[in-house]
Amino acid sequence: MGIELAPQQTVLHDMDELSFTDSELDYHVRNALKAAVQGDCDSYNQLVAVIHHKERLVPEEVALLMTCLKALTGAVSCMHIVHHRSLLAAIFGMSLWNYGTDVMDALVELLISLAASSGQYVDLCLEMLVTNFMPPSSSSTYFIELLKQPRGIDKKHQVLDRVHSTFQDIANLVPLSPLRLEKIVRDRMPNIYTKEPFIVMYVENMLTLESGAAGKLVGGSMLVAIMDRLIDLDVEIAWDDILQDDFSKGIFDMELEDLEGFSDHVQQDGDELTRESLMQRFFGGNLVAEKLDSLLVLTFEHLESCSGSGRLIQVFETLLQSFQKTVLTAYKSKFAQFVMFYACSLDPENCGKMFVSTLVNIFVSGVYPAWRMSAVAYLASYLSRAKFVAPSFVAATLESLVNWCFDYCNKQDGDINPRAHKIFYSGCQAIMYVLCFRMRSIISVPRLRSQLLLMRIEDILRHPLKPLEVCLPSIVEEFLRLAKRNRIFSVPDTFVDYGMLESELSRAFGGIERLDTFFPFDPYLLRKSDRFIRPNFVYWSMVRNSYYEDDEDESASDEDIAEAGISIADDISVDEGDAHLDEFDYALDKMSITPRDSSTKFGGRIQGFVQMPSKIRPSTSPESL
Amino acid sequence: MEGLKESEANLVVYLHPSMAKCVNDAILRELSSLLFTYSETFDGVVLAYDPNVRSNLAKILPGIHPYLGVRLKAKLLLFSPKPNMLLEGEVVKISRQSIHAVILGFSSAVIADEDIRDEFKYKVKHGKEVFVSRHHKKHKIKVGTMIRFLVKSFDEEILHISGSLVAVHTGCARWLDANLEEWSQADSTTRKRKGRDEKEQKTPDDKMMANREMPSLKKDDRIKKLKKKRKEHT
Repeated sequence: MGIELAPQQTVLHDMDELSFTDSELDYHVRNALKAAVQGDCDSYNQLVAVIHHKERLVPEEVALLMTCLKALTGAVSCMHIVHHRSLLAAIFGMSLWNYGTDVMDALVELLISLAASSGQYVDLCLEMLVTNFMPPSSSSTYFIELLKQPRGIDKKHQVLDRVHSTFQDIANLVPLSPLRLEKIVRDRMPNIYTKEPFIVMYVENMLTLESGAAGKLVGGSMLVAIMDRLIDLDVEIAWDDILQDDFSKGIFDMELEDLEGFSDHVQQDGDELTRESLMQRFFGGNLVAEKLDSLLVLTFEHLESCSGSGRLIQVFETLLQSFQKTVLTAYKSKFAQFVMFYACSLDPENCGKMFVSTLVNIFVSGVYPAWRMSAVAYLASYLSRAKFVAPSFVAATLESLVNWCFDYCNKQDGDINPRAHKIFYSGCQAIMYVLCFRMRSIISVPRLRSQLLLMRIEDILRHPLKPLEVCLPSIVEEFLRLAKRNRIFSVPDTFVDYGMLESELSRAFGGIERLDTFFPFDPYLLRKSDRFIRPNFVYWSMVRNSYYEDDEDESASDEDIAEAGISIADDISVDEGDAHLDEFDYALDKMSITPRDSSTKFGGRIQGFVQMPSKIRPSTSPESL
Repeated sequence: MEGLKESEANLVVYLHPSMAKCVNDAILRELSSLLFTYSETFDGVVLAYDPNVRSNLAKILPGIHPYLGVRLKAKLLLFSPKPNMLLEGEVVKISRQSIHAVILGFSSAVIADEDIRDEFKYKVKHGKEVFVSRHHKKHKIKVGTMIRFLVKSFDEEILHISGSLVAVHTGCARWLDANLEEWSQADSTTRKRKGRDEKEQKTPDDKMMANREMPSLKKDDRIKKLKKKRKEHT
């Protein structure tokens, strides 16, 4: 029962005249394949032509394509990887995005059949499916527009659902395919210069794989690859371009909240520094930041769903390993570490504690000094900024830090030496930084207050190694002020570098990497993903507020006036490159005259001497209360 | 089931100096990188290993990184199917043109329709696909059946086996074991079959004596089957 086909006409033409049964078509296709091996390629070429045809298919063409695909599914054992090269290329070149669901189903059936029939097709099938994570690049603009509409979203779900269920089907037949899949997905991951919608879609697929059936096998490496990509994007965002010449106006030191609604701000240089405008200034048009933002939104949402399904701890363990390998060692990563912050916020008891104990371990017994200093900077920043960390836990961690520093300085009998004892100084700075944020909440609990008093902090600060002189002056100053006000420690009054953000000595211990001014969990500046971080974040103004509230009841004392002088010194507008000493003199003049008034707006004083790595101003904006 | 063998290997594992503190873990990690990959040196896929480090001394390789060479003896379980070996696996998919099975949980096998003997007929019963023997109605192959088949070829890279159900002693393993007389009489060349039977009896016995500690998943099943066979023959 042969089927005569006029050689010059396409198969399509003949379809109008003849009708085939399934088995006839099976037979025809098998013959075409076998004949091609022998060298007779006519029917074979027609078959290839049908597969290639993809532009605007009318229903008959769709039906023909589907029946050909189905017939090929049955004939995979006749296929030969070399002799049927062009047919295989045509099949693997098809993109699910271009067709309707019927053709998609037929195509994935064929892929499953191919993958199961011979080992040589497995990689090719998996690669084709991975390519279908994103729409075909040849019509990318069309699809980017389409995906903004609901029917585009539908299409995306149709394609991706089929892709992932096909992975599962292939894995059922070829158990080792997830191993190959893992490698293929990693190798084909788009680089950071890919357009945003594509890279976001690819990462979305990786996260689907992580939470899918094969998650146990491939999930770990998916997460690691995603963290690597986040870091890659992070380091591409340049802070230094944006920073002013005078480092004391370093913008990352600033903490901004929504100042909208307070139009009577003291304006500095005519700049109204709302968070929005600052973000715009940084990231307006910065594509890399936009990509990072979108990917972080995806990651945060994924963590949320992991937490919901009870998998967060396993996921966190993988993230923690990746953190130690890439984030901790990256030079001042800006936003990628917030993945850890958010994960800890979802489960402070387990993940939070795991995170802290890992950091403490690295600080106490790590190998490389830079990593140890980095770890303690992360620790300090985390304990200070995480709203969900209990004061008792903060106190306990502080105690272990203090003990280490105490043991360390007992073994030293030398004098001040920033470079030699940089790990010690970074530990001291961490302790002071945490206490600046948390002193209030710790001493308000009597048990913790006595625990704090028992810690050997005074001994450390008075030691000949003189940490108070070496650590970052802005932190030391704030710490001393708070200590005095709360009458906790008796610490030396004399302090030279008032109003300075940094000093020679702090630069010396910080080293080239400037680990003395590294505060990894400083306020978050990416727009879309901010909503995940904000509710769990402690802004300096919130803490500062609590200190001021008490003071309004007390009568003005010398201390207060002294502070007022300093605070006002903050307010003084600093033009670029002004000498610090001039401002200091000016502030001294003012000290005795101007009464302290904490309730008036100190708005917009962001520029100028930043005392703490944050804005020091009693914020009256709603969120901080 | 053929194709599984146990061997002793003398290995030298080279460890980076940073691993000097945790040598045992490092050795296990190195060995685990061999798993489920075909190795030409061992002529098989490593399925399991049991290392035994004899001495505490290791040779230091000269070079930029002074790697430590640790000598050890390891017992390895290897899977190396060769053509015409008889293997068993669980069926995961049946279609008109092929039967797909999974061997030992990791290796995929496919039997194309031209390699399925005419005795088996494809049917769809109660919505489920099944191959039924024309001569023995009880002899069925469906999803979940353990089938026994001959190896045609083995793709070492993806560990994919192409098999055949042409020979008479292939098919559903349970049915074949339960009905020895029926299928052994069905074939006209009795001499060949007797030789085959004897060979089948010998090899399991030999294996039993040599590999007492073989950590095969199917060990208990096989012992039961062999005991059953012996009972039937006596």
